[in-house]
Amino acid sequence: MLAAIDLFFLVSTMVKIVFFVMVVVMTLVAYTVYAERRFSAIIQDRVGPNRVGIPFTKISLAGLGQPIADGLKFLLKEDFTPKHVNTFYYWLAPALTMVPALMSAAVVPFGSEMAIPFGDEIYRVPLVIADINVGPVFVFAITSLSVYGIVIAGWSSNSKYSFFGGVRSSSQMISYEICMGLSIIPVIMILGELNLTKIVEAQSANGWLLLPAWGNGLSMQSWLLLIPVIISFVIFTISIFAETNRLPFDLPECETELVAGYHTEYSSMKFALFFLGEYAAMIIGSGIIVTLFLGGWSLPFGLSEHLLANKGGFWGIITPLIHFGCFMSKVVAFLLFFIWVRWSIPRFRYDQLMRLGWVFFFEIALANIVLTAIIMVVLR
Amino acid sequence: MAIVVNRPKLSFLENLYFPGIIKGLIITIKHAFKSLRGETHVTMQYPEEKWDAHLPDYYRGAPTLVKDEHERERCVSCQLCEFICPPRAITITPGEIPKDDKWGKVEKAPKAFEIDMIRCIYCGLCEEVCPEQAIYLRKDYAITGTSRAEMVHDKEKLYEIGGVRTGLVNKWNELK
Ligand code: SF4
Ligand code: SF4
Repeated sequence: MLAAIDLFFLVSTMVKIVFFVMVVVMTLVAYTVYAERRFSAIIQDRVGPNRVGIPFTKISLAGLGQPIADGLKFLLKEDFTPKHVNTFYYWLAPALTMVPALMSAAVVPFGSEMAIPFGDEIYRVPLVIADINVGPVFVFAITSLSVYGIVIAGWSSNSKYSFFGGVRSSSQMISYEICMGLSIIPVIMILGELNLTKIVEAQSANGWLLLPAWGNGLSMQSWLLLIPVIISFVIFTISIFAETNRLPFDLPECETELVAGYHTEYSSMKFALFFLGEYAAMIIGSGIIVTLFLGGWSLPFGLSEHLLANKGGFWGIITPLIHFGCFMSKVVAFLLFFIWVRWSIPRFRYDQLMRLGWVFFFEIALANIVLTAIIMVVLR
Repeated sequence: MAIVVNRPKLSFLENLYFPGIIKGLIITIKHAFKSLRGETHVTMQYPEEKWDAHLPDYYRGAPTLVKDEHERERCVSCQLCEFICPPRAITITPGEIPKDDKWGKVEKAPKAFEIDMIRCIYCGLCEEVCPEQAIYLRKDYAITGTSRAEMVHDKEKLYEIGGVRTGLVNKWNELK
């Protein structure tokens, strides 16, 4: 019996990994790049890529074939390794940026528990790859690894531009990691939980942290706690921008000063891996923000609770799918926000960035923890 | 002398960054909605949309040879255009017109007339120099081909694009 369950666990986890990481995240990465190009185009009154559709026909599908063509191009380009690089680390670096981004996808719950009736038994599959009790901590631990990829890329390229990019990236990551960690402590204090699945379930029942409009959320305490939650949300979101090297914090690859920063010497698929890593990190970052502050997969106004109340074979499969759709739409909305910000705000100067991280956000995040504690104690 | 540039004094709100950032975000999203509604001028979608109707009269497209109202080749093979052409795109092989021809008095006409469209820079000097007004820059701009040989316009092709132009130089009419 035990062996059978283990086998089921193994298979279902594999399926989840392939489905979520390979199919969903990778496709989303490709189409975020496309969305970035189209969205930036309409912001700047241009058209953007709108030609590539089905090959050998005149059907262009508004350019939806572009990411596939880009991917093919990256695969077919010459993979050039300059003579002056340290080959081992040069080859290692792109993988080191890509892998952590995908690994942190493991703890993000992307739907409610699926109940699959099979024979006499009902198999329950939680729609999260690893349902562990240290969710956010795991994410921080893993995403901070991606800086090694960038630093190693910068160092092994043996070029001053890459080197500057790598150094900048490491100092930037350190400054923002701290704010990021401190900023979610209020969230953890309010929810009293580190397991991301439970965090989402609690928000589904009692109102999202940023929208406590149903269940227990309709209390004085929740609404007062909205102040520290909003502060946390802003700091955390900005830190995610810095963490994923997105503009306005893309100093490691700032084109005007550093050619292309840490990936100056890279070409073809190795360059694409950096690219994919950046976008994957962006997607997972949006996933974490959505999970922590916007109720993850849950529908607003307690609708999820009604859905979850429907037991029975049919609903056991449909409900998680609806929730998955809800999660994805929130993530996509956030990605569009990321893109929107990127094409609106110019890059920060380096000292401004450091000042923002260490002088403002660090202090505000600390004060925010105290504020949360006071509100929680006073209004207990 | 050193020039001191004073930094502008920022108010408290400006120092906060956030109002400025939000203002910027609003501006960009306004542009996005405008372009979605098609209210902005964007790049022309070339092969589908063309500007042909708006080409001005002085537009300099492909150089071509023209015939006059009697279907006579205007060109008399004086080779002035061949000499003036800055990139040497024109190659002319002059030939005689048989004496018994209707236009025998004109004496010469090109046996072969080639313009290499890879070389041509559309400067219009050939049109300017021609004493017979036989060579004109037309409005064709999409000159394409899959080989170098295909990009060389021969006499036939030049007349095909050029067509007929009436009432310009008529000095040969009386010698008919
Ligand atoms: S347009 Fe200029 S370059 Fe072209 S054939 Fe005439 S003289 Fe030569
Ligand atoms: S086209 Fe004009 S300039 Fe050129 S050879 Fe003929 S007559 Fe002379």
